[in-house]
Amino acid sequence: METLTVLQIIWFFLIGILFVGYSILDGFDLGIGSLLPLLSKNDEKKTAILFNSIWPLWDGNEVWLITAGGALFAAFPHAYATVFSGFYLALMIVLFGLILRAVSIEFFFLEAGNKKIWARTFFIGSLIPAILFGVALGNVILGIPLDSKMEFTGNFFTLLRPFPLVIGILGLCAIFMQGLTYTMIKTENEINESARLLSDKIWKLYAAFFVLAMIASFIFIPGSSKNIIAWIFTAIFIVAIIAIRIFIGKAEEFKAFISSSLSFASLWGIAGALQFPNLVKALGDDSLSITIYNASSSKLTLSVMVAIALVGMPIVIGYTIYVYKIFRGKTRG
Amino acid sequence: MDAVLLSRIQFALAAGFHFIFPPLTLGMGLLIVINETLYYKKGEELYKTISKFLVKIFALIFAIGVASGIVLEFSFGTNWSNYSRLVGDIFGAPLAAEGVLAFFLESVFLGVLLLGRDRVSKKAYLVSAYLVFFGSHLSALWIIIANSWMQTPAGFVIEGGRAILTNFFEAAINHSTAERFLHTIVGGWQSGSLFLAGISSWYILKKRDIQPAQAMLKLSLTIFIVMSFLQFGTGHMHAVQVAKTQPVKMAAMEGLWESKDGAPLSVWGFPVASEKKTYLEIGIPKLLSIMVYADPNARIQGLNEFPDELHPPVFLTFQVYHVMIGLGSLFALMSLIGIFLILKKKLFETNWYLKGLLFAIPLPVIACEMGWMAAEIGRQPWAVYNVLKTADAASVVVPPWQILLTIIMFTVIYAFLFFIFIKFLLKLIEKGPEEIAKSSGY
Repeated sequence: METLTVLQIIWFFLIGILFVGYSILDGFDLGIGSLLPLLSKNDEKKTAILFNSIWPLWDGNEVWLITAGGALFAAFPHAYATVFSGFYLALMIVLFGLILRAVSIEFFFLEAGNKKIWARTFFIGSLIPAILFGVALGNVILGIPLDSKMEFTGNFFTLLRPFPLVIGILGLCAIFMQGLTYTMIKTENEINESARLLSDKIWKLYAAFFVLAMIASFIFIPGSSKNIIAWIFTAIFIVAIIAIRIFIGKAEEFKAFISSSLSFASLWGIAGALQFPNLVKALGDDSLSITIYNASSSKLTLSVMVAIALVGMPIVIGYTIYVYKIFRGKTRG
Repeated sequence: MDAVLLSRIQFALAAGFHFIFPPLTLGMGLLIVINETLYYKKGEELYKTISKFLVKIFALIFAIGVASGIVLEFSFGTNWSNYSRLVGDIFGAPLAAEGVLAFFLESVFLGVLLLGRDRVSKKAYLVSAYLVFFGSHLSALWIIIANSWMQTPAGFVIEGGRAILTNFFEAAINHSTAERFLHTIVGGWQSGSLFLAGISSWYILKKRDIQPAQAMLKLSLTIFIVMSFLQFGTGHMHAVQVAKTQPVKMAAMEGLWESKDGAPLSVWGFPVASEKKTYLEIGIPKLLSIMVYADPNARIQGLNEFPDELHPPVFLTFQVYHVMIGLGSLFALMSLIGIFLILKKKLFETNWYLKGLLFAIPLPVIACEMGWMAAEIGRQPWAVYNVLKTADAASVVVPPWQILLTIIMFTVIYAFLFFIFIKFLLKLIEKGPEEIAKSSGY
């Protein structure tokens, strides 16, 4: 294999890893945000506890998204350009959400008057991206209308087809589960109990939408039922989702969180297996698809980026673990 | 309306709003590490009191900086997708590197700085402050690397219409990176230090929080004075670099139409592009030639040497550049008075000067904005100088009405955020360092 090809494949994996990191870490604070009214019951003290449990960490978590976006831009500029311009309005709605949530926690604690506004903005700002990220991913897997210049030829409603919506809700369930298991680790008493009760329903929804997504894949994604790697990740997913239930039952909260993270990672594994080597599938005509081969940067850029990632990311992961350890334990106020 | 123009308006709005905050985080970061170092070395509570106050304000500024910054990263794909396709091979890497090597560091350790004081050792806390400081400055470096490549592109070849990287270090450390990085950092330190000097002055005028306020004023004003003089040096270096590498931009900033041996440094004027003349011009004879080439008779290229379609909007470039220079000169004057008052030991009693510092708070940020406008407007019609025109850089699939819609959305959000920012900033200031130090937790 040529060096360029190897680098293109490496970057497919590295961007996948960045998205997995983002899903696992920002997943839990997006999940808490998206479930905030149900977990806090609109109680100010409970909201404060939930916010405090994520406050020192969520900012670093969101950098995974910023880095994944930058890496996609650097490694596969055409994929970045097509998706971001094609999904213009949808992404602007995501940005609206991300802006709102970026300031909400800070404002909540500074606000002397009506703090509830900032709980609400955090909820809305978390829920919007939590749904739309999955919808976007569902679209690039299902395929979108592209022309010969890799430009998107559909419109906003192209994005809202059944398959992407199912993936959107599946992703939302995974994010919910991250949020709930994290809440269980970090809280006690009433909030912990709410999370536990809620997790029963969310778990069922999560499992149901996984089955639905699987059936939808068999129908809409050619070859998906014969993809062995996707089946391996499906098996891991099934083990993980059962483990979530068992560990929640035994009140082994950290293990439940790890299982939830594993289930999320295996969803990415399935997506990656179905997608490789495509980045954005073209609807109707495979020859127009944007792949890691026709969308990538040059060999030199990809190599420089690998060097930066290999030096930088282990350090990032190292100090992230260190800081998580600083803030470990139950949040009490 | 045309999509390119709308996308330019949106980017100007997003970048202009965002850049209110980074200079302040750069300067505040410096003030925090100085106070934390002093606290660590001397153990005096005063420094801790000040630092706690600064960290709170820093976090507020940082939150809005993050919220507005993420828009910019998305913008290259959403509004400038042709740009991304054509120069992504070079431009994407510094953005990704910023995430990996800088922004993680800043964001992760800001958590410790903000909420971890009681959870880590004094030493670990100090180190966290330094890491946030380094993170924000490294962030600035990568962003300046990316933008400088647009100003003075290097280390690439054009293949099939796309810019392809040939040398990473030449692309990163191109002809303007160093000058522009220094100029930006010093501008940030000016902004942050005058911001705190103004706030401290208010306390002294109000006769409250006197002890921390006097210490804060002494420190911040000292930094401001040093930076204000240093900024002439970095500004000079940057101007020389522009004159040598982007002569059209320099000619536009100076309103110089005809090439001239021994060109004057313009102080005032109204350039009119349609007549190719600068009205009411006041200039210092031969100074521009002296400054750029150290030779009073050196030739400086005028705008007329370049085809009209390669001229930037001259009036705007000229004026924003001159507002920046004017403000820079004002800062030097304020600094001279400051030195005089410090030497006379009258700083804390000179109310008019303290009031001046208070009202001057926004000025360095405005100077930074004007400098960026000169840099970006002066680069037009190019997105990447001599490589890619702005008109060819925009997304082709986004309908103008959608961009108009998002411009309205961002205007509303930014106005709202700015209003809330000011509200909470005033609230933190009203509380003051002494009360904030007493409160446990956040």
